[in-house]
Amino acid sequence: MYSDKVIDHFTNPRNVGEIENADGVGEKVSSSCGDRMKVFLKVEDGIIKDIKFQTYGCGAAIASSSMMSEMVVGKTLQEALDLTNDQVADALGGLPAPKLHCSNLAADALHEAIKNYQAAEA
Amino acid sequence: MKRIYMDNNATTAVRPEVMEAMLPFFREHFGNPSSVHWAGRETGAALEAAREKVARLINCDPAEIVFTSCGSEGDNLAIKGVADARRDRGNHIITTEVEHPAVLAACKFLEKQGFEVTYLPVDEQGMLDVDALEAAITDKTILISVMWANNETGTLFPIEQIGAVARKHKICFHTDAVQAIGRVPVDVEKAQLDLLAISGHKIGAPKGVGALYVRKGVRLTPLIHGGHQERNRRAGTHNLPGIVGLGTACEMASADLQNTADRLRRLRDRLEQGLLAAIPESQVNGHPSQRLPNTLNISFNYIEGEAVLLFLDMQGIAASSGSACMSDSFGQSHVIDAMGVDPMMANSAIRFGLGYDNSEADVDQVLEILPGIVKKLRDMSPFYHERGAAKLTANS
Ligand SMILES: Cc1ncc(COP(=O)(O)O)c(C=O)c1O
Ligand code: FES
Repeated sequence: MYSDKVIDHFTNPRNVGEIENADGVGEKVSSSCGDRMKVFLKVEDGIIKDIKFQTYGCGAAIASSSMMSEMVVGKTLQEALDLTNDQVADALGGLPAPKLHCSNLAADALHEAIKNYQAAEA
Repeated sequence: MKRIYMDNNATTAVRPEVMEAMLPFFREHFGNPSSVHWAGRETGAALEAAREKVARLINCDPAEIVFTSCGSEGDNLAIKGVADARRDRGNHIITTEVEHPAVLAACKFLEKQGFEVTYLPVDEQGMLDVDALEAAITDKTILISVMWANNETGTLFPIEQIGAVARKHKICFHTDAVQAIGRVPVDVEKAQLDLLAISGHKIGAPKGVGALYVRKGVRLTPLIHGGHQERNRRAGTHNLPGIVGLGTACEMASADLQNTADRLRRLRDRLEQGLLAAIPESQVNGHPSQRLPNTLNISFNYIEGEAVLLFLDMQGIAASSGSACMSDSFGQSHVIDAMGVDPMMANSAIRFGLGYDNSEADVDQVLEILPGIVKKLRDMSPFYHERGAAKLTANS
């Protein structure tokens, strides 16, 4: 039911964990299933230097979190803000229809973390 | 990698002896049992022999067995069939919130046809209150349908007590015994049952065959109209190989019911105790003692069941979360929900259904692998980390 990419990221999720004294922290709770993702960012000169996540969710949610973290590390905040849920799902080789909502967690939590960082900076 | 199948409440492999018994009925003995010629006579005898074996397992007369295509058909035939036949006597049905969808959806259908259905709740151990059931009876009640054993938790309902209540009020009593059959003793006389549904594929017979016990004198409207098979209660040319397989599976179940139950209970208890000891904040869902010997439904707080199942699957271990039919839908199981289990615990519920083929080595393999999976997922879970933080502040 899941693609090899999903299985890979689910089995060996990248960037799991927490950043102490993170520059930005954001989280998202899925309205459809109650699953939850939390993102921690380290930002330097407008660039995401480090990212860590914690996810409570299904296999698709964990794989999406991991894939998202890989996609934005080293990117500018603007590039990260432009990342969409669909791009995460596509990068995973697609998700089964009933699992599409799971990828929403990842980009949404990331965007929350960036907004919280920007609000604190401003 | 050794593959371990622990999802026998979803379906079972056909037992080798069952397969053996079925084979001649595909080519050698293929006749239609309703035919008068030699080919029909051969299969006619096999049909009746299978009927006797099924009847013996549940202690009824062979004439009271109606062969069906599955458990769902049996439940539907019992519930819709009795509702229609007794429409003039009343329109009220009593069942429970934790039935299999085959019963719940049939009841929902009848509600649209003007029937009224009471869905009885269960307590936190998944147990039913027989006094509440008796109190729900009205002069319009025509049918009580209560499952023998729950497919998700294995909880066993007090069927004999319910049978006594139903008999006292002269109300027709159906039970979905799909999970109970072959795992615990089932006796329709002791339980004072009028209808009882069983399914082949849960007891080592193939998919596509089942049976409904219909007590002599109980009238019901058929679901499938057509020829005169099964004394006009179920039309359609018999699935002879399947029926022969069901007969053999029932015969085997009768022969070693207690041994198998004892063996599976020892394995299940080893699994249960091992997991509870190795994994803090885990809990068993279902009744501690009134439970199928092969079933363990267990929750590990702070993580999701689906993720656990995926990791188990990657190590060759097949288990499930709740009912197999529900694995694509969101939200938790209606059974665990009805028990009032905390939502986060409920989300992590997974079910092991042990079967004939499982060994102690299988159980030990799961005990070796699963605690690590739970740890890995908890390390990922924000709830788990926050719980740690909350504790630290509380202690300081
Ligand atoms: C309790 C219960 N009732 C009914 C059924 C339906 O049986 P079948 O799959 O043979 O239609 C099942 C199987 O999932 C079950 O567990
Ligand atoms: S089901 Fe909740 S995130 Fe996938």
